[in-house]
Amino acid sequence: MTSVAQSNRYRYDGSDPLSQEELVAAARDGDQQAFEELVRQTYVATYTLAYRLTGNEEDARDVVQETYLRAWKAIRRFRGDAQFSTWLYRITANTSSSMTQRRSRNRADSLDDQGSEVIDERPFANPEASSEASALHQRLSEAVAELPPKLRAIVILKDVYDLPHEAIAEELGISVAAAKVRLHRARKRLRDVLFEERGGVARAV
Amino acid sequence: MRCEDVALILPRAVDVGEPVDESVQHHVNSCLTCQAELAKYHKLLKALRTMRHQLLIPAPGTLAMTLAALQESQERRAIRSLVTGRRGAYLGAIGGAAVAAGAAAAAVALARRRAPRLAG
Repeated sequence: MTSVAQSNRYRYDGSDPLSQEELVAAARDGDQQAFEELVRQTYVATYTLAYRLTGNEEDARDVVQETYLRAWKAIRRFRGDAQFSTWLYRITANTSSSMTQRRSRNRADSLDDQGSEVIDERPFANPEASSEASALHQRLSEAVAELPPKLRAIVILKDVYDLPHEAIAEELGISVAAAKVRLHRARKRLRDVLFEERGGVARAV
Repeated sequence: MRCEDVALILPRAVDVGEPVDESVQHHVNSCLTCQAELAKYHKLLKALRTMRHQLLIPAPGTLAMTLAALQESQERRAIRSLVTGRRGAYLGAIGGAAVAAGAAAAAVALARRRAPRLAG
């Protein structure tokens, strides 16, 4: 895993850089420079989520742009109940969902749960510290990417980003019950892929 | 309770705080196969959680394009606001002029009514 250096260039008076909370407060007051600094600090994480949800780089970049445009328009309404990153994840999820639906209509792709969309376009994943961990994460990333979009979105938002079922259901426009059913189905599929038995020998993750 | 039945519940049961039927709990406690199955789900969830910290590097230019889109949106908004403001100013000026004209006319009319008539 490679750590991504975050910019700390935004300062009002040349002293300590502003914290994310201070940047958010300034952005809520209409300070575009502060918001741009927030973009610099968070766009890699936003892109990562967008890529995982959409499954390709071009869509992920479009989602990143759209997410920040929406966030800028809505930031005055951000009450700070949740972390800024969680708020952004929700906007990213909503934007990705809209884009996936739009793209699927345009490309006449099937979003049916029974489909098996294989994503073969991947950005550079960061190298892992150990080969065992690397193998695990590689196989898991592939397995998640191979899930149908509807199942993939749920498992990523719940099990990777820890968003509550209610928030996921709201952003994806489905019921909480449907979100739970899809999550369990996705976990079952991942379990089957990662611990698939061949000739009686389980493939260790 | 059979292992096949428990296997259907485990993807849900692995969640912390998720209520699980007592009979399922009892079966898992006494069944090594189901315990192993549950361990696989725990391992899966743990691995999924670590994905959050594995960042993917976007193509060069992603940040610049995003910032440019933001600035463009801001400029559009500023132009819209300027146009709206000017329109408001024009309407305000016209309204003000009309009110002033009305007031002047009223004042003239009142002055004429009060002016003493010269005996002719």
